[in-house]
Amino acid sequence: MMSTEPRLVEVRQKVLKQNDLLARALRRRFREAGVFVASLVSSPGAGKTALLEKLLTELRRSARVAALVGDLATDNDAARLARSRAPVRQIVTGTVCHLEAAMVESALDGWKLDELDLLFIENVGNLVCPSSYDLGEDLRLVLMSVTEGEDKPLKYPTIFNTADVAVITKVDLARAVEFDLAAARENIQRVRPGIRLLQVSSKTGEGMNELTEFLSSKAAQTATAG
Amino acid sequence: MHELSIAMSMVEMAAEEAARRGGARVHAIHLKLGDLSGVVKEALRFSYAVACEGTPLEGSTLVIEDVPVVVYCPECRAETALASIQHFCCAACHAPTNEVVRGRELEVTALEIE
Repeated sequence: MMSTEPRLVEVRQKVLKQNDLLARALRRRFREAGVFVASLVSSPGAGKTALLEKLLTELRRSARVAALVGDLATDNDAARLARSRAPVRQIVTGTVCHLEAAMVESALDGWKLDELDLLFIENVGNLVCPSSYDLGEDLRLVLMSVTEGEDKPLKYPTIFNTADVAVITKVDLARAVEFDLAAARENIQRVRPGIRLLQVSSKTGEGMNELTEFLSSKAAQTATAG
Repeated sequence: MHELSIAMSMVEMAAEEAARRGGARVHAIHLKLGDLSGVVKEALRFSYAVACEGTPLEGSTLVIEDVPVVVYCPECRAETALASIQHFCCAACHAPTNEVVRGRELEVTALEIE
């Protein structure tokens, strides 16, 4: 019987190549349509949906906004966000713990992107898995709430490091839970030096103006660039 | 836990690549895994064994080369490995930097096929 030795062949192939290619195509599509895309990541319960509901309501006054929202099961979040009266679509991921570019692409089916100024993508609540997947977004916002503890960024450095903006949420509760804002801000800067850092309360509206103005100006830059 | 879907894409890719090169079996996959890839090594090893079942890769080995995070420092222009993934700063001058040169890899570099 003929036997052959195993041979070593060079391959050099990125494991997430398919996702990366699709994300790149999405980014090009978004740019051509002049729509600015921001994604939101956080642990479950950090307040992504509450913040997004406020953002959609606020930004709708002056811009055409829409949202895609990912969840493992239920479309509760889409129902909540629909109260803002902005177009919202739910992506039910089933057992998948993160969004992938392909899911975003199919969720966009039938939407006229050139009729939008700003699109939000709310990822599944998870601080680990979403970090590996590019969704074609222009900006990734990572949220952490004051009830989570100041050391969250040190526990999940990868996701904070891949983000462009960090938002500390539920700041109205900071005093009640003895949250050390200075320490949290320092920890975020340690794992992602130079990151834009904002703090908000979706409940009281604190910090919301700064965030909406920031997003509006980013969206305006995209529109002129497109 | 997205390591299973990552392991499955690796196995699929390796099986295709091996078939393309006329190989029948894959003995090993060599993978570069960056500390900033977002993938947990232990979970990937476990998932890999599961993903290989019933494929030409069954019984194959996953050879992982860890890639530490290396940053470029705009202050002193040094490229240094991070002492800790919890602190992005230059190992030479300690200035904060987020210019990651290496460490995000999740890349199959080679296959051992027969």
